[in-house]
Amino acid sequence: MSHHFVIRVVGKLLIPFILLFGLYVQFHGDFGPGGGFQAGVIFASAFVLYALIYGVDKAREILPDDVLRVGIALGVLIFGGTGVVSMLWGAPYLDYSPLASTPSAGQHIGIFIVELGVGITVASVMVTLFNLFARRGGDDELDAE
Amino acid sequence: MTATIFMIVRLHNLFAVVMLGGIYSLLAASMFVVLDAVDVAFTEAAVGAGISLVLMLAALSLTKTEEKVASRHGILPLLVVLVTGAALIYGTLDMPHYGDPNAPIQQHVAPTYVADAQAKTTVPNVVTAVLASYRGYDTLGEVVVIFTAGVGVMLLLGDRRRRRRRAEGRE
Repeated sequence: MSHHFVIRVVGKLLIPFILLFGLYVQFHGDFGPGGGFQAGVIFASAFVLYALIYGVDKAREILPDDVLRVGIALGVLIFGGTGVVSMLWGAPYLDYSPLASTPSAGQHIGIFIVELGVGITVASVMVTLFNLFARRGGDDELDAE
Repeated sequence: MTATIFMIVRLHNLFAVVMLGGIYSLLAASMFVVLDAVDVAFTEAAVGAGISLVLMLAALSLTKTEEKVASRHGILPLLVVLVTGAALIYGTLDMPHYGDPNAPIQQHVAPTYVADAQAKTTVPNVVTAVLASYRGYDTLGEVVVIFTAGVGVMLLLGDRRRRRRRAEGRE
């Protein structure tokens, strides 16, 4: 799709706003609608849009497979690790109250960190899925030649 | 929405079917907004109309865009669908009306969540408070499910080139 001038320009204009909106949904999740899952998907859709316009190989230069692979595991690790940290403070697993000086601040921080983990994993998995599908299509074309 | 479903069933062009699937998700999202479930609507719009549409298109690029015409139309599948549908509709007759305050779902833990969530967690969005704090285990499980799905697809589809090279090296 690299020869479609209009799509390239509009895509270039839109992608920063999509990323910004994803971040807003991520970090504003406890005040408005949204959270890690939605933010991860929105964040991933920006990269998918980039890959659709400029090609998967160009997108993989920006977000290499290794980073994605680490991201998939890191998100789950952040979520599980938060639970372990609260266990170290003597609270039940995934009880965020002891993470800060007051329980309510602890809840805020805990939810914030946990949602961040969710967002990282969801975004990485979505981009990986798209990359794998798209690359497989490219592979088969190579095989046919 | 019903019209979209009938079109999906009738059409044989898979590209149009995928597009109609996206439209259906968008309509479902608008319906959730009408029902005041903004968080669900958000997810439906992002996942159903956004990502899954793109993934279906990517899968479509690996296969043909025309559905194979079925060789025969059995009467048995239609019968099964009709009986199941009738049973489901019969089941809904007993369900409480939408928004009924005496419905079991409003009586169980929901009042506790609505009453206590803001005071205990001081998080303004009750949905987020329930998801991340009260139901932290559930959400952790969901994240692990997504993690597993990603790893599974990576194992199935990923690294074909490297594996092929390794296979050639062995020969």
